[in-house]
Amino acid sequence: MAASKTLGESLREHGVSRRGFLKFCAATASMMALPPSMGPVIAAALEKARRPSVIWLSFQECTGCTESLTRSHSPTVEDLIFDVISLDYHHTLQVAAGAQAEAAREQAMKENHGEYLLVVDGSLPGPNMNPGYSTIAGISNYEMLKEAVAGAKAIVAVGTCAAFGGLPAAAPNPTGAVSVLDIVKDKPVINVPGCPPVPMVITGVLAQYLVFGKLPELDEYHRPKAFFGQSIHDRCYRRPFYDKGLFAESFDDEGARKGWCLYRLGCKGPSTYNACATMRWNSGTSWPVESGHPCLGCSEPKFWDAGGFYVPLSAPLGSPGSTLLAAGVTGAVVGGVAAALAKKRATTAAAEREPVTVEELEQKL
Amino acid sequence: MNGLNGIGLVVEDRRSEPTEWGNAMPILHEIRHGLRRLNETDEPTLIDLHALPFGPGDEERLLALLGRGEVEAQIDALGPTRVWESAFPGVWLVDHRNAEDERLALHIEISRVPEILGSQSEDIADAIVRLDARIADHTGAL
Repeated sequence: MAASKTLGESLREHGVSRRGFLKFCAATASMMALPPSMGPVIAAALEKARRPSVIWLSFQECTGCTESLTRSHSPTVEDLIFDVISLDYHHTLQVAAGAQAEAAREQAMKENHGEYLLVVDGSLPGPNMNPGYSTIAGISNYEMLKEAVAGAKAIVAVGTCAAFGGLPAAAPNPTGAVSVLDIVKDKPVINVPGCPPVPMVITGVLAQYLVFGKLPELDEYHRPKAFFGQSIHDRCYRRPFYDKGLFAESFDDEGARKGWCLYRLGCKGPSTYNACATMRWNSGTSWPVESGHPCLGCSEPKFWDAGGFYVPLSAPLGSPGSTLLAAGVTGAVVGGVAAALAKKRATTAAAEREPVTVEELEQKL
Repeated sequence: MNGLNGIGLVVEDRRSEPTEWGNAMPILHEIRHGLRRLNETDEPTLIDLHALPFGPGDEERLLALLGRGEVEAQIDALGPTRVWESAFPGVWLVDHRNAEDERLALHIEISRVPEILGSQSEDIADAIVRLDARIADHTGAL
């Protein structure tokens, strides 16, 4: 349960020196995408911060988001963050199972009513759909979410499924999957999309809440601007090649070997807002574009239905890619147009959602 | 199949890969501005290299350009932190690592002495208490 000790007291109890604490704060500032000069401010805030209770619900998801979180290098800032928040329910990570696990959730909700942070990964069947598509302990996802939201201070939707519906909501959306924001209208919701999200972004958002005790500044999709404020394209180290009109045309041509821009191979960097280009993956080792693969745009709404992964952004929807614009000539303007096109496609996809029944699916099989 | 020789591999000439992504030089200019500020107003500057869109090799190139100076130190607090002065006095590299020696943050600190090297007020106050206890123990033993 949430402890009454401050973080400063807790760290000192564990024998962490002030110098260690400063280092922790410096790494935290880096993790939260804040200027390093914010270290002392973070130190002052963390010194007084108290462990918030966190309840983590997993609905229609693949556990990739939890995998991402736990695959972050250990022991590190993330571990300290988890030492200093009280993770009271997470049915994949907790030891308890069955009735004991649900009892822990109910107890945490009761004892921290109005104060706990609710984290959700996975989408859920909409209120008018068959609740049997996804249940936990016999409780439908919808009922469990509504009950948990009632006592939550804020909700963090982790992963593209929770934030935007993700794969379960992709056409033909057989379970009528919806996002957390489709259901929750009366509490603050922070979306942390990505398939999965960058581990440091998940912990960074939690740390930000812990440090400042309030929600971060959000964009139009409820994403924290600190991590989702700039496009992959604008922060990509291959951007100079785009500006020069130097593109890889296939995965094994000279351009690919020389590390040129992957725009014509379908890179969604211009319309995708995420922190991969700077935070990277696997302890900062690399990220998809650095590994030679185009960005799939996984942190954007309806990315599964927004055209082919290998269809360039400027190609009309449904085109095999034969009508490419000369992107290098038009420069950054194309990026903006492409972003608008992608958003239009996402809106169209949402309007054309076609729920089907299990019987219909079986007939198609 | 006879081991690795049976697998069709093409070893590419790494010399054909780009070695210059052009991201190191702008940082050098930023460092120069910071150094000038330190010299004129004593105001320190911190640059978080972890947050920059570097391509493969950019960081190595930047560190090679900065070189190494006279001072090196290691702090053991929540894993090692290595600090060294670059070949340009006033420009320090602070490499924060966890207990597994994986990088948490890499900062360029433009200052007279990196802040983390100095003894902290809270630790000094605690040191007085602990030293008093040591003296008392020692006096009692005599």
